[in-house]
Amino acid sequence: MEFFKIKKDIPFMSYGRLTTSISLITFILAIFFLVTRGLHLSVEFTGGTLMEVQYSQAANVDEIRDDLSKIGLDQATVQTYGSSKNVMLRLPNKPGINTSTLSNQVFQELKQTAPDLQLKSVEYIGPQVGKDLINNGLMAILFVCIGIMLYLAIRFEWRFAVSAIIANMHDVVIILGFFAAFQWEFSLTVLAAILAVLGYSVNESVVVFDRIRENFRTIRGGTVPQVINNAITATMSRTIITHGCTEMMVLSMFFFGGPSLHYFALALTIGIVFGIYSSVLVASPLVMWLGVSRENLVKVKKRKEEAVV
Amino acid sequence: MSKFPLWKYLLILGAVVISFLYTIPNFYGEVPAIQISSLRSSVIISDDTINAITQNLQKSGLNPTGEVFDGKTLKFKFTNTDIQLKARDLIQQTLGDNYVVALNLISATPDWMSNINASPMFLGLDLRGGVHFLLEVDMDAAVKKTMNKYVGDIRRDLRNNQIRYGSVAVDNDSSILIQLRDVVTVNQSIQQLSKDFPKLSTSIEGTNIRVTISQDEMQVIKEAAVKQNILTLHNRVNELGVAEPIIQQQGPDRIVVELPGVQDTARAKDILGRTATLEVRMVDDDATALSQAQSGNVPSNDQLLDEVNNDGSSSKILVKNDVELTGDNINDAQAGFDENGSPSVNISLDSTGAAIFKQVTGDNIGKRMAMVLVDHGKSQVVTAPVIRSQIGGGQVQISGAMSVQDANDVSLLLRSGSLAAPMNIIEERTVGPSLGEENITKGFHSVLWGFIAISIFMCIYYRVFGVISVISLGVNLLLLVAILSMLQATLTLPGIAAIALALGMAIDSNVLINERIREELRNGQKPHTAIESGYEHAWATILDSNITTLIAGLALLAFGSGPVKGFAVVHCLGILTSMFSAVLVSRGITGLLYANRRIKKLPI
Repeated sequence: MEFFKIKKDIPFMSYGRLTTSISLITFILAIFFLVTRGLHLSVEFTGGTLMEVQYSQAANVDEIRDDLSKIGLDQATVQTYGSSKNVMLRLPNKPGINTSTLSNQVFQELKQTAPDLQLKSVEYIGPQVGKDLINNGLMAILFVCIGIMLYLAIRFEWRFAVSAIIANMHDVVIILGFFAAFQWEFSLTVLAAILAVLGYSVNESVVVFDRIRENFRTIRGGTVPQVINNAITATMSRTIITHGCTEMMVLSMFFFGGPSLHYFALALTIGIVFGIYSSVLVASPLVMWLGVSRENLVKVKKRKEEAVV
Repeated sequence: MSKFPLWKYLLILGAVVISFLYTIPNFYGEVPAIQISSLRSSVIISDDTINAITQNLQKSGLNPTGEVFDGKTLKFKFTNTDIQLKARDLIQQTLGDNYVVALNLISATPDWMSNINASPMFLGLDLRGGVHFLLEVDMDAAVKKTMNKYVGDIRRDLRNNQIRYGSVAVDNDSSILIQLRDVVTVNQSIQQLSKDFPKLSTSIEGTNIRVTISQDEMQVIKEAAVKQNILTLHNRVNELGVAEPIIQQQGPDRIVVELPGVQDTARAKDILGRTATLEVRMVDDDATALSQAQSGNVPSNDQLLDEVNNDGSSSKILVKNDVELTGDNINDAQAGFDENGSPSVNISLDSTGAAIFKQVTGDNIGKRMAMVLVDHGKSQVVTAPVIRSQIGGGQVQISGAMSVQDANDVSLLLRSGSLAAPMNIIEERTVGPSLGEENITKGFHSVLWGFIAISIFMCIYYRVFGVISVISLGVNLLLLVAILSMLQATLTLPGIAAIALALGMAIDSNVLINERIREELRNGQKPHTAIESGYEHAWATILDSNITTLIAGLALLAFGSGPVKGFAVVHCLGILTSMFSAVLVSRGITGLLYANRRIKKLPI
């Protein structure tokens, strides 16, 4: 079986203007949502207490809110998740309240109205921790960018390094844009997903670059756009199949992994879809515009020998 | 197509067999067990102890199904939790207070496997339930406490050497000021202090001496504070009877505590964070000073505290600021009852403590001495008896208004040592056991269904080469689980997600190879050459793309904490195993199938 039997190279490079405009528009939209709505950061980053409790019958959310405001927690968010019996409480850090004992206090209070209440999980993050996490997250992204650029610059050429990193940072911003636009919860696991996707879609660019380099060696007399078009067309089948398979795994996590893996899988899905798009249709035109040529990649060794003599 | 060398086949075979062996323990499940460990280094678990326990258990019909002893902890396996609970009570009775007897679940792996260290992966709290705390040590308080201790030591030193001083007090963050009468005493003191406290530097300011603590010494104090707190936490956790706790330093001033299986988090938090310590101070019995203090004018050398009476009410008592003796000099503390039958804490002091106590009581006959309990950040006088005679021997009993639970808690806290500085909980994660099991099922299903979907697709799309890819993907999973089990890495839910993702990404190498072979065939190559050059060409690309993924993985490992770290470890290992399995394993199988055959057409 074979899905892609393409006889002629698809002229991807001539769509350059179109693809760049699409990228630019999504990118600007993403920035727009990030600025106007901001990320809905999880408790891990903002600090606060997150409690999951389970009632034996459907929970009365309004009653729970009343109970909480009785002990001075009127800023708490109460919502059900999964089923109407499972309730998630988000309590912000508040000066003056002893946060380390807050969860016990809340649980006792709620237990008065529902004696068979079960505490499923508690997560308390102090204000000091959140700042560290944000710093570490930014450091990690920086480290990945520098590491990947260095590697690509050594293995290929600086033009490839720059285009790959621009293409992939554009993915990261778009994922963040989605999280801002729909106000999905941005947690540490989502951050991990973003970094994983960053490495993964660079790998996508690498496959195309590898082919471009090979083509410069084997296709004599082709123009640069022709060489790139051929490289993309040749690797397209692999690109779609690979990403399709990875996406199957990600969807499996999305459907079977429960709430903890929900946004993780979502971030990966967006990352994979835009990863294909950007590494093929953003990174490659960028390489071309940065002026890549055969001489950059296929080193002429003769001159070196002469110099020695 | 060149022949695939024999040593590579042997390498693959070896890797698969070993991985299989180390993966199996994960499927044995767990059995209820009781874990016994000694509370003090002086008490060891001997063969006699083991025999005594076994005999007692057999007598009561609670036969253990196995025992594991590693020289430090002894574990008995039982068939069900009912027997486990009964056996715990029995063992606790047999052994008494010197041992920690905790309920635990241990792997049902046969003994020969445990002997080659083949044990299941360690499950993180999100999968097995329990509590995780991140505590931050209050360093300012630690420094302050040490300064106060120095003040006491200097005072005692001067007094012992008959040097009269005006006052000794903490002046600012890093120095102590000693006020003296004249130049003679200043010189005397300088000599004496430099002899007895070589680590402190002294300088003369008129008739005062300034004692400064250097930055290096400060650093030592801070490091010691964290170490002491970790030690104390260990003792307290042991007293709580938790199996397999984790207590580790994280960064310069933070401590991670993980208590698997603990459900009563309120008590755990209370016991861990409490900074209970005992201070022995003299009472200021001047009646006018007391009435002045009650009207808000507390003398500068004194502190107004609550004294709890037997009926539970409290009255004010004026206590001197100077601390004669602290909880640091306590050897042991046990809850008991005094001669009137009310709950008490019986303390035995160490030799220094006993000597100080003897001197203080000898010097202050007829005066009142206050036992101040500092707990929950509040100082409170438990009892303030009149000293009738000098007390030697270092045995002290304090009783006052205490419940039996109070006496138990206080003696536990005093016994386990005091914290060098108070700690704040800055992060807490509690996961109930039901949620843990749910997470395991969910994670397992994610991997399973994803794997099945990929397998079906690959087999249809690439036919025989798809089957080869699926087998190598299966080997990849096996290797990954085996390595995680060998390393005894902690598996968390993000870790399971990383396993799923690793598989989803690993298929990339196989797709690259298969696509390349197809392309070579299309270009008119013969089947054998197509396989050969397909693998060869794909290799460079596989290496490049895996290295970039690995860079991201390493960044996560370096900067991630908590759940992200668990993800990163699996992610990085998954990349390495996928390179092995995609390249070597699938090449090996292809070799087995096609190397010695003439083929007209490849089933791809």
